[in-house]
Amino acid sequence: MSHQTLDVRGQLCPIPVIRCQSRIGGMSEGETLEVLCTDPGTLHDIPAWCRIHGHKVLETTEENREIRIVIEVGA
Amino acid sequence: MISGGLDSMLATRVIQEQGIHVEGINFFTGFCVEGHTHAIRRQDQKKQKRNNALWVAEQLGIKLHIIDVIEEYKDIVINPKHGYGSNLNPCLDCKGFMVKKAHEWAVENGFDFIITGEVVGQRPMSQRRDTMPVIARESGANDLLVRPLSAKILPPTLPEREGWIDREALFDFNGRGRRPQIALAERYGLHDYAQPAGGCCFLTDAQYSAKLADLWQARGNREYEFDDIMLLKVGRHLRPDPGFKVIIGREEGENHYLEGYRKRFTHLFSPSHPGPFALIDGIAGPEEEETAARLVARFGKGRDADRVAVEIHSVDGRDRTIEVVPLSDAEIPQDWYL
Ligand code: SF4
Repeated sequence: MSHQTLDVRGQLCPIPVIRCQSRIGGMSEGETLEVLCTDPGTLHDIPAWCRIHGHKVLETTEENREIRIVIEVGA
Repeated sequence: MISGGLDSMLATRVIQEQGIHVEGINFFTGFCVEGHTHAIRRQDQKKQKRNNALWVAEQLGIKLHIIDVIEEYKDIVINPKHGYGSNLNPCLDCKGFMVKKAHEWAVENGFDFIITGEVVGQRPMSQRRDTMPVIARESGANDLLVRPLSAKILPPTLPEREGWIDREALFDFNGRGRRPQIALAERYGLHDYAQPAGGCCFLTDAQYSAKLADLWQARGNREYEFDDIMLLKVGRHLRPDPGFKVIIGREEGENHYLEGYRKRFTHLFSPSHPGPFALIDGIAGPEEEETAARLVARFGKGRDADRVAVEIHSVDGRDRTIEVVPLSDAEIPQDWYL
């Protein structure tokens, strides 16, 4: 299973969500995407986007203004 | 089309009630009023930052596709065929453009028609009885564009004529009043929704529009880049001279955001006194840089000090530190403030 990384640090919402959406569009079920961001809005928006599209947030960490969200692509 | 407001939420719900599968589409133009300024400003970070369109989609149980139209949208803002509203908001062209994009997306993704939350008479420019057909026509969506909240006072669309949807179960809302929408929300048990004041984007904001107009005037053309329009949302903007302006962070979050631009703009800050981080947009020689430095000193903790040290880092790699006297309020003409 492939694991990809998406760096959207410095970008403000909804750009991180849009980038996430297009990256996941090219991935398959079960693969994981690690998103690195800095906008605190992503803590809310990326999980919300994942819920409505059936993807799963596996992990969220926040350290020194840096946010890391790991997503498992759904069906 | 989901804006995040109540009307598009209700319009979607009305169609869902008829057993039709709906997915949401939302466009990001760069001017949208989202959590940006809250995300940037540290003191606002505790505030609700949710993306209203995503939130609405979740309430409705539909997918939402957010589409980046930043580049294509420039032409709408720069050359609107139907002109602007009370500020630099090209609402009629904007709506036509968005419906066109939604129509293209619908065709590509196998959807049959488009729904918007538009209400006849709700908005002075884009939601009038005479302009709503213009949107349908110019977008190319024609009678595939359904406005469920006002459908009964508009000509029947193809989905209504073909019986895909029941026209009788649609509505006849008309005018600026919000009461029918609020009653319908009540009926559907929707209690928590965003009530956007003015419009859905920064272009309806007088102060924002003035800053954009200033940018165009200073550059001698009406172009803009994404970063330009983002920076117009941040900091104090002062133009001491037609050739340059200074963007000064108002608090830690804004300073931090502006620091992200340090490779692309000459930037200044004081190493001797806590205070703002600032960018110079335009062409500034040593004299202009000194004015900018005195402004940085004025908006920092050293405003009453005799001298304040200010570091100036130019884009071309020249770094220097100068000592300046902070400008007094009387020395800053009111018309410097944009
Ligand atoms: S307020 Fe802004 S986003 Fe809304 S229709 Fe007018 S120009 Fe478009």
